[in-house]
Amino acid sequence: MSDLKNFREEIRDWLESNCPPEMRQPVKDEDDVCWGGRNFQFKSEAQKTWMERCAAKGYTVPDWPNAYGGAGMSAAEAKIWREECARIGARPPLSSFGIWMLGPALLKFGTEEQKIHYLGQIARGEIRWCQGYSEPGSGSDLVSLQTFGEDKGDHWVVNGQKIWTSYADKADWIFCLVRTDKTNKYQGISFLLFDMASPGVSTKPILLISGNSPFCETFFDNVTVPKEQIVGELNRGWDVAKYLLGHEREMISSTGGGDRAASLGSAVSRAAALEDPVLRAELALFDVDALAFTAMSEKFMDEVKVGKGHPAQPNMMKYAGTELNKRRLELVMAAGGSAALEWESEASNGGSSARNWLRTKANSIEGGTSEVMLNVVAKRILDLPGA
Amino acid sequence: MPLYHTEDQTMLADTARQFMADEGAIAKQLRHWRDTGCKDGFGHTLWKQLAELGFTGIMVSEDDGGLGMGHVEAGIVMEEIGRNLTPSPFLTSAIAAATALGASSHELKGRYLPGLLSGDSVFAVAIDEGRKHRPERIATQAVRSGNGFRLDGAKTFVIHGASADMLVVAARTAGSDDDADGITLFAVPRDTVGLSQDAVRLVDSSIASHIKLEGVQLDADAVIGEVDGGREVLNRVLNAARVGAAAESVGVAAGAFDMTATYLRQRKQFGKLIGEFQSLQHRAAHLYSEIEIARAATFKAQQLLDGGSEKADLMVSVAKAKAGKAAGLAVREGVQMHGGIGMTDEYDIGLYMKRDRALAEFMGDQYYHAQRVAQLSGY
Repeated sequence: MSDLKNFREEIRDWLESNCPPEMRQPVKDEDDVCWGGRNFQFKSEAQKTWMERCAAKGYTVPDWPNAYGGAGMSAAEAKIWREECARIGARPPLSSFGIWMLGPALLKFGTEEQKIHYLGQIARGEIRWCQGYSEPGSGSDLVSLQTFGEDKGDHWVVNGQKIWTSYADKADWIFCLVRTDKTNKYQGISFLLFDMASPGVSTKPILLISGNSPFCETFFDNVTVPKEQIVGELNRGWDVAKYLLGHEREMISSTGGGDRAASLGSAVSRAAALEDPVLRAELALFDVDALAFTAMSEKFMDEVKVGKGHPAQPNMMKYAGTELNKRRLELVMAAGGSAALEWESEASNGGSSARNWLRTKANSIEGGTSEVMLNVVAKRILDLPGA
Repeated sequence: MPLYHTEDQTMLADTARQFMADEGAIAKQLRHWRDTGCKDGFGHTLWKQLAELGFTGIMVSEDDGGLGMGHVEAGIVMEEIGRNLTPSPFLTSAIAAATALGASSHELKGRYLPGLLSGDSVFAVAIDEGRKHRPERIATQAVRSGNGFRLDGAKTFVIHGASADMLVVAARTAGSDDDADGITLFAVPRDTVGLSQDAVRLVDSSIASHIKLEGVQLDADAVIGEVDGGREVLNRVLNAARVGAAAESVGVAAGAFDMTATYLRQRKQFGKLIGEFQSLQHRAAHLYSEIEIARAATFKAQQLLDGGSEKADLMVSVAKAKAGKAAGLAVREGVQMHGGIGMTDEYDIGLYMKRDRALAEFMGDQYYHAQRVAQLSGY
């Protein structure tokens, strides 16, 4: 116990002297997020310093092993790290799909060489990853995907199209589900990694209802992928994909609670007087659900760290977290009134309320729809028949 | 502190679950006492058995002869009580009154704790004065008289009041009805002259009293804690009772849900198991999610209380509101998904609906607690 106490002191001291004051301000919008990668433009010197200092200590991925760029923290230590960061409002030094999604999959399925090479790059913020899963004809029914990798001996030649590829236009590499056997639906998919700068890869951003383009269409036209860039076994990519989806759902679910635990009602009432008692009541009922979900997130994370809890629980978390977040933004809009409708004005920070509100509608679609999540819960947790 | 049970807590949970499933089962307890018209509404033998297992001493300090455990452990027992709808004075005696006694003098502890630890005594708490829980407002008067106090007023919704050997009564010794200060708690023996009860059976077959206090004369040593400074102890009692009730609600929800999910796996219509219908699957999965979240919120509130955190008040209200909401959904979906059989007295699902309704009111419903969440959050 006293070891943990010392550890907390150590972290506290280190944060105090290393986290720039600017990095202790709340993240206002997308621009404040540090994604890393070959082409990343740091918004400020402080953002760069903060990421580099953390990377040097392994704090960008605190619970990954030291050999792969992490700090080798135990579950209890990682929790202390999060708590101490939260205490001073420190921003995440680095955010990426590499950390949240590919990393855990590589830790479980990668070869030693792959772990050292790719995980290190992720931890240091050198390579930004995107995820090639959905296709125009394969949304909720992901396993029907058609992008094909033709076996050419020491490499595959990949042809096909992905869609809803988040930040594909900004990413350096892609982890991609590719069909390598047309005769077997589930056991005919492989999990491949390749450079987005490879000849034959092109991307086209999709303009969304929010007016932003975080997603792309991604096209593969005779893209060469060396055989050593497969994760897990040939044709068993679905196992990796499912495991990774669990982490994706975990990540998306956290947008509904976790660090956004602060009371919505108090935030809203600071901005403008709450004159409508019915709206106030809605906010109070929302805050009950949101604070309860924060406890659920904490419990879920605690259980994940020690391997407790049902393996299908991330689906429940994803469902509950995203539905909650949509409700949050509905209330933000209602409380904001006509001011929240402004789309471009400076006062509205470029229409951030309205754009966020629209953005959240994707929460319960991306990474598996709420309906699919409920199907999975019914089948795998509740063991309902024929589900 | 991670949000999962320690090994010791897991063992306690296994013991409590097994014991309540065997001895506290609906047929053995709730239906038995209901159908025999028992005046207490619960069984004293079971209460003694809970004492033998040490459960009645969970919230009593080791110095006072108890187990010196906390809200997490008490909540483990409450969840099993809820799951089996076991009528028991555990919540009012071993959680609420025990919390009050923990703040009382050695003399009061000596007078009452042995009976709690042995299962010979039952206690109640008399706080509410109107039909809705509103402990901010206390009008019952206690004025100095002789070497003690004279109490006048009325209390309502006093669960187990008629069976209790002692009632913890919140009364006003100073200030006006809505003042936070000026409250004093008293340990009042049931047979005190001037205390009269009208015991009524509630929808869930529990027995609650309307209590009249007319010139009830008490010695000064009946005071729990400080004169005029009882609000702090009262809040502790309220927190304990609320989080205990939340844990019971989670158990009620889980019990109703288990019954319903089992039914979905067995009942056939249109040549199919009804659990194959996606409309029911999705509702069941949503309900599962709500119950899990309610359990987590309750667990978090218990931990914060045990750790003496200043955030505990807020989380207790979150837990009581969320658990009430989840349990309400569980019993409504339970009855609906059972169809016609769910409306019969013979089938247990309706008993869950009745218990949930009473539990929702006890110590504040989801609206009261959502309101409190707003106030504690500063809006």
